[in-house]
Amino acid sequence: MGQGVFVIAEQRDGAFRKVTYEAVSEGRRLADGLNSDLTAAVLGSDVEKIAGELGKYGADTILAVDDPALSDYSTDGYTNVLSDIIKAHDPKLVILGASMQGKDLAARLAARLDTGVVMECIGIKIDNGKLVYTRPMFGGKIIADVELSGTPPIAAIRPNVMPIVEAPKSGVVDKPVVQAGEIKTSVVERIKDEGDKIELTEADVVVSGGHGTNGDFALIEELAALLNGAVGASRFAVDEGWRSHGDQVGQTGKIVSPNLYIACGISGAIQHVAGMSTSKNIVAVNKDSEAPIFSKSDYGIVGDLFEVVPAIIEEIKKINNI
Amino acid sequence: MEVAVLVKQVPDTESLLQLAGDGVSIKTDAIKWVMNPYDEFAVEEALRIREAHGGTVTILSVGSKKTVKTVQTALAMGADRAVLIDDPLAEGGDALATAKILSAALKDIPYDLIIAGQRAVDDDNYQVGSAVAELLGIPQISQVIEENILDGKIKCKKVLEGLTEVVEAALPLLFTTQRGLNEPRYVKLPEIMKAKKKPLDVKTLADIGVEPGTVGAASNRVKITAMKLPPERDAVKMIDGDSVQAKAASLVKILHEEAKIL
Repeated sequence: MGQGVFVIAEQRDGAFRKVTYEAVSEGRRLADGLNSDLTAAVLGSDVEKIAGELGKYGADTILAVDDPALSDYSTDGYTNVLSDIIKAHDPKLVILGASMQGKDLAARLAARLDTGVVMECIGIKIDNGKLVYTRPMFGGKIIADVELSGTPPIAAIRPNVMPIVEAPKSGVVDKPVVQAGEIKTSVVERIKDEGDKIELTEADVVVSGGHGTNGDFALIEELAALLNGAVGASRFAVDEGWRSHGDQVGQTGKIVSPNLYIACGISGAIQHVAGMSTSKNIVAVNKDSEAPIFSKSDYGIVGDLFEVVPAIIEEIKKINNI
Repeated sequence: MEVAVLVKQVPDTESLLQLAGDGVSIKTDAIKWVMNPYDEFAVEEALRIREAHGGTVTILSVGSKKTVKTVQTALAMGADRAVLIDDPLAEGGDALATAKILSAALKDIPYDLIIAGQRAVDDDNYQVGSAVAELLGIPQISQVIEENILDGKIKCKKVLEGLTEVVEAALPLLFTTQRGLNEPRYVKLPEIMKAKKKPLDVKTLADIGVEPGTVGAASNRVKITAMKLPPERDAVKMIDGDSVQAKAASLVKILHEEAKIL
């Protein structure tokens, strides 16, 4: 069994993703618990200049892997490099963010290393020296504790769940020599979503609309913008073509756990609730006082969302002196 | 174009789940079993690729007797043939074990392209497709919403957070599906009857050359030690008031002062 905790950092366009800070913070906490060091690795081109920042969150050493061949993420290149580095490092545990890229990488890396991986992990504890991982299954209808075997185990942590904690360490930046190896895919185009849309799975606030919107999301958009949040939608709203597939919250869509989830005109089908039940605070607005969503919420208002949401918007503006 | 599609049978997402007595699994007696929704996209896309490029579509699944129904659904959608690995020695295997079985079975199935769901909505592992690609030594593209095949190459649009990428590679390749790829066709009753006559090979681990013990529960890298239902929330606090404005004011006050989130 190896030593130390190893975090795979994720950066895009020269900036770390938020989940990377969460992963480093969690890695630090576990490294302290295990009385060991925390090493982070960041791959890309020209990443040396950002690498040191991870010291602020508790990385003792940061491996900056600069290679033009790694400037775009590729499953092949990143798996080749990281499997070599991880084998050489032999850590006790590898942590990374369960972003789209992170999950793609974790799955391939685990198969390459013939080791256990836990996806969308929401908790890691040290139990008599053994690591126990908590993760949702069935879209959140079940919470499971799992143990991993294989060297090393890999935990892909769900974004927005674990806290970011500053815990400054030396953060020594090291530049290992690596081989990107054969990369069979190439990125030929990158299309950024329009506007400064906040990613659903990373948002602090999510305002979602369903059947009750009748396809009019203007108020949902307005409330989300006011709270600096993202817009979500029920499967019904997506199936009707009112919102794009990427906005769907639920067991067959995105799983979100914001600080505040506001469900407007959503009845609360089981598969929708599965996608938002780990939200810290849930507010439901629905005309039907019997709607199942209320039993899954912290606060409820019975009423027409087209009257209630404008009133909520007005009240928020009042307390914020807008 | 030879296309293989990986399919899993899962509980319907409208199912209410209950824990089984062992504390590490769910009760399965009252569950309605269906094809994993992301695999429906995979089957549909394979059929469209066959319509455009010719060839055959082979369905591949690991399961038990009850899985036949899901495999036949894929055949009824229009797939040409199916292989189901049904062996008690494979039971209880984790995602990597399942991938080892699938990749062994794929040694006897011709493929230019493999399509899999991005995840199964029961275990939510996001793992089997990638692991199969790794074990076969072929590239993968995850979370695909559009594909285009030309001259032995495939171009896929994949979604990331706030971003869409177009990724290109030479075949053979495995890609996984994301919602938005297509709208799976409905299956009509006569097609279900006809599907029962399509070739469905049920194979054991020995048939595909997999050593017992290298797969199945004993081989697991991931061991579930406890399952529980998510913690119940405290009873909902319904916000009352004389008017809509009063209710809204009261809610915002609570969120601001008690929950401290606004």
